[in-house]
Amino acid sequence: MSIGWYLAISAILFAIGAAGVLTRRNPLVILLCLELMLNAANLALVAFARMHGGEAGQVFALIVMVIAACEVTVGLGLIVAIHRRNLPIDVDELSQLNG
Amino acid sequence: MNWLGYAFFFVAGIGAVAGALGVVLLRNAFYSVLALVCHLISLAALFMLLRAEFVAAAQVIVYAGAVMVLYVFVVAYVGGGEEVRVGSALRVLGPMFAVALAVELCLAIFGSGLQAIGTMGARVHVPGFGTPRHIGTLFLTTYLFPFEVASLLLLVAAVGAVVLARRRRGLPGGEREALIFAPRPEGAGTMAEAGGVRQALAAVERTGAAARAGRARGNARRTPAGAAAGGRGQAGADGEREREGGW
Repeated sequence: MSIGWYLAISAILFAIGAAGVLTRRNPLVILLCLELMLNAANLALVAFARMHGGEAGQVFALIVMVIAACEVTVGLGLIVAIHRRNLPIDVDELSQLNG
Repeated sequence: MNWLGYAFFFVAGIGAVAGALGVVLLRNAFYSVLALVCHLISLAALFMLLRAEFVAAAQVIVYAGAVMVLYVFVVAYVGGGEEVRVGSALRVLGPMFAVALAVELCLAIFGSGLQAIGTMGARVHVPGFGTPRHIGTLFLTTYLFPFEVASLLLLVAAVGAVVLARRRRGLPGGEREALIFAPRPEGAGTMAEAGGVRQALAAVERTGAAARAGRARGNARRTPAGAAAGGRGQAGADGEREREGGW
């Protein structure tokens, strides 16, 4: 399979994740959609690494996975803190910071 | 690549896209997490096809294993109920934006003029391309600094998550003052405090109830005899401290 197919799948996955971030209101699902977008970027990185025959892209993909794990940890901690304060788990109602 | 490779690619690719669509479209957050697990495993298969064995293994173990377990626990804790549909502009504009983004990205990819984009990739001369041995060597030689920074970032994220999600210590809403000025039950001094604030408060309430009962009994017995004088005095003293404490 040529590299272009992998890149096309990566683009489609990224677009699906972006649509989820824009339309969903549950912050848990928004975090999941962020994961989708990061994984699409990972797929593109690995595909380009294959295209060039080097391993730097795979190293970059592993670093992106570390970043994603950190983001998930902090995001889930925030959601648990929101739940502890009995606030609604809904990004439309958690809008105090933008005035 | 023979037909088996094509079939593998299409199965994995369709699985990845279907998992992603499931994450976005399913209403229940728990089902979204399960769809993401499906998506991640399909993506790991795509990584295998791209000869990134170590990345695929890390994807399955770290993502589909550890991170998804974390997600499932949080969904079970928070209670990922059904989302209420509310009509808003984003609900219409979001998918349109996504379709436009996908079309634009595909145009950019296939119109980029990259020579190697239609090939199967460069010929790999190294025998162990993408194996843990090569990736580990790269991490500990060329990319040592990003590796250490990533380790530090993981540590900071772990500490941050614990700080964010911990249960706030301390007594809420005047319970502390109530405890300080509370009447001490007989023989229950600091040991009761060490046993816990709520236990101490419960003990205080029990003693107060007993004192009230004793006072009532003492009032009843006052006229016949002074036999209950000791008990009455005790009860009276308790009652006085009770009033001081505002109980």
